[in-house]
Amino acid sequence: MTAAVRPQNYTVRAGRIALQVLLAVVVGGLIYGAFVNAADNLARAHIASGFHFWNNSAGFDISQTLIAYSASTSTFGRAFWVGLLNTLVVAGLGIVLATLLGFTIGIARLSRNWLVARLAGGYVESIRNIPLLLQLLFWYNAVLKTLPELRSSIALPTGGFLNNRGLFLPRPVFAPGLIAVVAALVIGIIAAVALHIWARRRRERTGAPAPVGWWSAASIVGLPLAAFALAGFPLTFEMPQMSRFNVIGGLEILPEFAALALALSVYTAAFIAEVVRAGILAVSPGQTEAAQALGLRSGATLRLVVVPQAMRVIVPPLTSQYLNLIKNSSLAVAIGYPDLVQVFAGSVLNITGQAVEVIAITMAVYLTISLVTSLLMNLYGRMTAVVER
Amino acid sequence: MKRIATALSIAMLLAFSAQAAWSQTLQTVKQRGQLICGANGTLAGFGLPDPQGNWTGFDVDFCRAVAAAIFNDPSKVKFVPLTTANRFTALQSGEIDVLSRNTTWTMSRDTTLGLDFTGVTFFDGQGFIVHKALKVSSALELNGASVCVQQGTTTELNLADYFRSHNMQLKSVTFATADEAVKAYDSGRCDSYTTDSSGLYGERLRLANPNDNIVLPEIISKEPLGPVVRQGDDTWEDLVRWTHQAMLDAEELGVTKSNVDEQLKSANPEVRRLLGVEGQFGQSIGLTNDWAYRIVKHIGNYGESFERNVGQGSPLKIARGLNSLWTKGGLQYGIPVR
Repeated sequence: MTAAVRPQNYTVRAGRIALQVLLAVVVGGLIYGAFVNAADNLARAHIASGFHFWNNSAGFDISQTLIAYSASTSTFGRAFWVGLLNTLVVAGLGIVLATLLGFTIGIARLSRNWLVARLAGGYVESIRNIPLLLQLLFWYNAVLKTLPELRSSIALPTGGFLNNRGLFLPRPVFAPGLIAVVAALVIGIIAAVALHIWARRRRERTGAPAPVGWWSAASIVGLPLAAFALAGFPLTFEMPQMSRFNVIGGLEILPEFAALALALSVYTAAFIAEVVRAGILAVSPGQTEAAQALGLRSGATLRLVVVPQAMRVIVPPLTSQYLNLIKNSSLAVAIGYPDLVQVFAGSVLNITGQAVEVIAITMAVYLTISLVTSLLMNLYGRMTAVVER
Repeated sequence: MKRIATALSIAMLLAFSAQAAWSQTLQTVKQRGQLICGANGTLAGFGLPDPQGNWTGFDVDFCRAVAAAIFNDPSKVKFVPLTTANRFTALQSGEIDVLSRNTTWTMSRDTTLGLDFTGVTFFDGQGFIVHKALKVSSALELNGASVCVQQGTTTELNLADYFRSHNMQLKSVTFATADEAVKAYDSGRCDSYTTDSSGLYGERLRLANPNDNIVLPEIISKEPLGPVVRQGDDTWEDLVRWTHQAMLDAEELGVTKSNVDEQLKSANPEVRRLLGVEGQFGQSIGLTNDWAYRIVKHIGNYGESFERNVGQGSPLKIARGLNSLWTKGGLQYGIPVR
């Protein structure tokens, strides 16, 4: 009897359901029992447990904080959010850069130009085979060693500094009039999208092209600019100042952040390149031939015919690569970038000593981030799925 | 079905197994024939393997003293190098018997981790080391400086406290290990590096140009360093505590590694009690009565261990200072054996 066949016999079906319920109860009981056992053992060994450490004062400093944080008044919970934001920022930037670079390298590897194809192949083969930690240390030391010391910073023409403490740029300070500019930008984007949809409908209906490129660009850029001028230029810049020890003020980009983002992007791009190459090769060559027979050049063929069909094959392994990148960002611990693991599972764990709770929370957070990412990617995958007639 | 039942029962056993009570550490160590000691592994003068792989250092010598007291053989120790991240968990879980890793005694560590500190083997304080080129002569001039520090240590907290209480701005760069923090300081990433001042002298020797760096005079915190054991095993705790006290008593009474054999014939009742010629003190901590004799014979007294590892007989050349005996104005005070 095959397992996929639903038995018509109600007794057998009830038996199977009862067995599954029993299994669920046993598993649930095991998990509950494990928790109670752990709590018991911790209490017996006089090790503090519970989550009241969340509201205790942190007392330590964090080098990159995207939200307000102070060593004296902020709590461990606040430190957790700072670390989480840092992880999300570096993972987000890493995903964007890795995708751009990966797609480029993947398509380059299929190029008819012998040199380009071999270079891309060499890149993929070498980067894939070196452990990420070593690459990360290489980028960090390369970034630090080549940048000049503070006293001999490179002064940027826009008014910033570049040295081995980081890249310091003028920070935009927004006045209240900015709401109008943001609203104008949103209206401009909606107008541009509407224009494009109207142009496409018109081309499909009448065959006449409607060149709306310049109009949409004007609405996206021009409307906000007009609002900016009307609101009285509500934007000042906080310039970074060189002081005795450091650069004070301005927007600071840490070398640790740059090194981590670069290492993650370069490493994951090598894997994404192979995924993209596999997806493109999976599209039947008849599609390319047909497109060429219609007179499309290779760029247009790729963009309009091949890649949309390849996305169906690319999206699931691409999701795995994104999840890998997010988890690999925890290597920040090796170079001192204050991500979630460094701040929470490092400093907070050591100061409070509550390893079980802290690690459980960290694992739950990574699990949540990964699940949300794969959910979004699966939604996107469903949109690109081929609908069979 | 049978396979499921087997798997479930094994899982249940694992989930519900109670943790063994920790009151049998001495028996376990004797049965094993070896003491397992948590050490630093990278701190010169305190816990560092030499190029031949032999462990040396002040904290290492303490563990060897405990092993000498138990086995009459200071080599029956296995050293486990630990980071600040796992040092307490290793002790809590039973992976090591005693932690001798320049660990600061604080209230939260003493009360919330299920661990106990057995005394202060080294009174230390936190200091700063800066590049000489910055022309800084005091820690109060470090407003706005970036400081490299190791994460999860009392150092990190004291640093933030000090800068806050003096209304100075701080940019701290934290690293998982002291090695990385020192390397970053050396490469110019930070203006200063902070740790216990005993560690500063050790780390300075490893910099590219030790003479281009100066240690600032301020000591900004109290760092009483000492060995740590698990709660719940009073005999073991007493044993570790009295190993340290025996070394102090020996120095106070003038018993050294070279003269301990003659001191066995001493008429001084304190010496006779210490070395086990009179009294049954060894049995009260589960050892033979010549436990202190063994310690001094193999390791020496407190002063000898200090000078050999971190004092004038070592590259660090740290002065006794607060770690002198109370008779010389320091804080090391031996509790009497009687």
